[in-house]
Amino acid sequence: MLLFPEDPQECFEFSAEAFNLAERLQTPVFVISDLDIGMNDWVTDKFEWDDEQKYDRGKVLKAEDLDQMDNFGRYLDVDDDGICYRTYPGTHPEKGAFFTRGTSHDEYARYTENGDINEQTLTRLVKKFRTASELVPNPIINLSEKQGSSGVIFYGSTSAAMYEAKDILNENNIEVDLMRIRSFPFNLDVWEFIENHDLIYVIEQNRDSQMRTLIMAEGGISAEKLRSLVWFNGDPIQAKFIAKKIYERESQQTLIT
Amino acid sequence: MSYFKPINKHPNLEKNKLGLTRRDYEGGVSTLCAGCGHDSISACIIEACFRLNIEAYKVAKLSGIGCSSKAPAYFLNASHGFNSVHGRMPSIATGANCANEDLLYLGVSGDGDSASIGIGQFIHAIRRQVNMVYFVENNGTYGLTKGQFSATNDLESKNKYGEDNLFPPIDLTSMAIQLGASYVARSFSGDRDQLVPLIMGAIQHKGFALLDIISPCVTFNNHDSSTKSYDYIRNHNEAMGKTDFVPLGEEIKTNYDDGSSVEVKLHDGSRLSLEKTDHNFDPTDAGNSLELIREKNKEGKIITGLLYVDNKCKPLTEIMDLPDKPLNTLEQDELCPGSEVLEEINKGLS
Repeated sequence: MLLFPEDPQECFEFSAEAFNLAERLQTPVFVISDLDIGMNDWVTDKFEWDDEQKYDRGKVLKAEDLDQMDNFGRYLDVDDDGICYRTYPGTHPEKGAFFTRGTSHDEYARYTENGDINEQTLTRLVKKFRTASELVPNPIINLSEKQGSSGVIFYGSTSAAMYEAKDILNENNIEVDLMRIRSFPFNLDVWEFIENHDLIYVIEQNRDSQMRTLIMAEGGISAEKLRSLVWFNGDPIQAKFIAKKIYERESQQTLIT
Repeated sequence: MSYFKPINKHPNLEKNKLGLTRRDYEGGVSTLCAGCGHDSISACIIEACFRLNIEAYKVAKLSGIGCSSKAPAYFLNASHGFNSVHGRMPSIATGANCANEDLLYLGVSGDGDSASIGIGQFIHAIRRQVNMVYFVENNGTYGLTKGQFSATNDLESKNKYGEDNLFPPIDLTSMAIQLGASYVARSFSGDRDQLVPLIMGAIQHKGFALLDIISPCVTFNNHDSSTKSYDYIRNHNEAMGKTDFVPLGEEIKTNYDDGSSVEVKLHDGSRLSLEKTDHNFDPTDAGNSLELIREKNKEGKIITGLLYVDNKCKPLTEIMDLPDKPLNTLEQDELCPGSEVLEEINKGLS
């Protein structure tokens, strides 16, 4: 699970959310900050905490729950969402203990080399990832008024430069639809945006277009559709760079700013 | 494949204060090689827990990767177990220990897991005084990957294929004492009489307890040029060394008087020279302990017994002044400072 905050304020929000997701999904969650967010001074909205929000401790069984169960299996998918119930060590004298193995195992955490059971286990994890995609933060989509505009995908600390680039492009009569990806695994909103655009720029601050590769691999999206725009000289990405590249491709002319 | 033992028990089996028999502390049937020292250690852990009337569900078994790290599946079935990444068991143990210090943590590792890939983790678990029993089932070899040298193998000790070992060994006991471990013992998997009390002592100890247990690998490090055994019956071992034949061994057992140095024959006739700590030795003086280990090493002997103990040490949770209530039971109202505190922090930044 990955969360992509755009600034320190969202780092704050996502860090709290990461705990909820990690306990709900029983898996590590990475909050993908970067050097720009981590080391530079930022002006952000005030950090806020809603006292109404509750920690999500996930599916954890207590002793009284176990007492009422005949059949506890650490990897039994009883809710059909791919996430199984767990216990903390030391919960109940007779029930609930299990062995977290480094090997293939059955629904009761017992060692097995049965191929069918192993396939079932791995297939359950696909379901769990699907559940995860419904729980993680949605992308922020910002559509222009012009039909048929090209799309732009960006994430993380690229935000400020991207919004400035959009203004520059608008001033030069270029409209673009924006999608800021905020999490992985990708949810249906992400796929819908990609489906609805013929050409999409993927703006990234790494040499290898890692997000573009991830989108291609996860969604079977063709390489031609996703145009890579990368910046990797080590400084924070600049609006002028993004605007220039998109303008040149969209208008087939050089942008002089 | 692993097999489960029949649940029928003889009605007259000895019971402990909890009304449990030794069988109640067992695990699955071992898949380690017949005669493996690790199985003897598992039996000693079962015996120690039985004698100490430990409630198995209040125990967490943790391990890394390697033959040793398979062992937790073979004792205390009623306990939670966690088979972690190679060399990373100390991190899991540290986290679990902070989350709930009321459990007994038994970490099972090997010389590869602890003295190579996980040595950084091993060092910091000691330095932080994690309250746990840390078993190193030390056979001087990577058994699971077919017998490469481990970092505890002696310089002069060749491998099963006759290759020279190029690097000197790490002595985990000396290292642990220097780093601040508060209970350090070395033993031999075949010496049940010595090992069971040492395990019981380690369980009862509060702080980081290291048990460095020489545990012969019958398949890869039990030949005549190995110093985890003594060179003996050269011809026999040569035949062993060139095949992957695993002898059907019996559990190695020794009994000897305190203070004497003895040689113990291993399965194939090779031997270990073991010397016990005599009654005049003061195991609470770290300097003396280090000196003793070094002296005996020089003499080519392996000193076993309780090497060092510091009963006044503070375990990790006390050093960090954690609350008495296990962290994993704290609720949101106890953990979350809320919007008012955040508002104060925000004011401080403006």
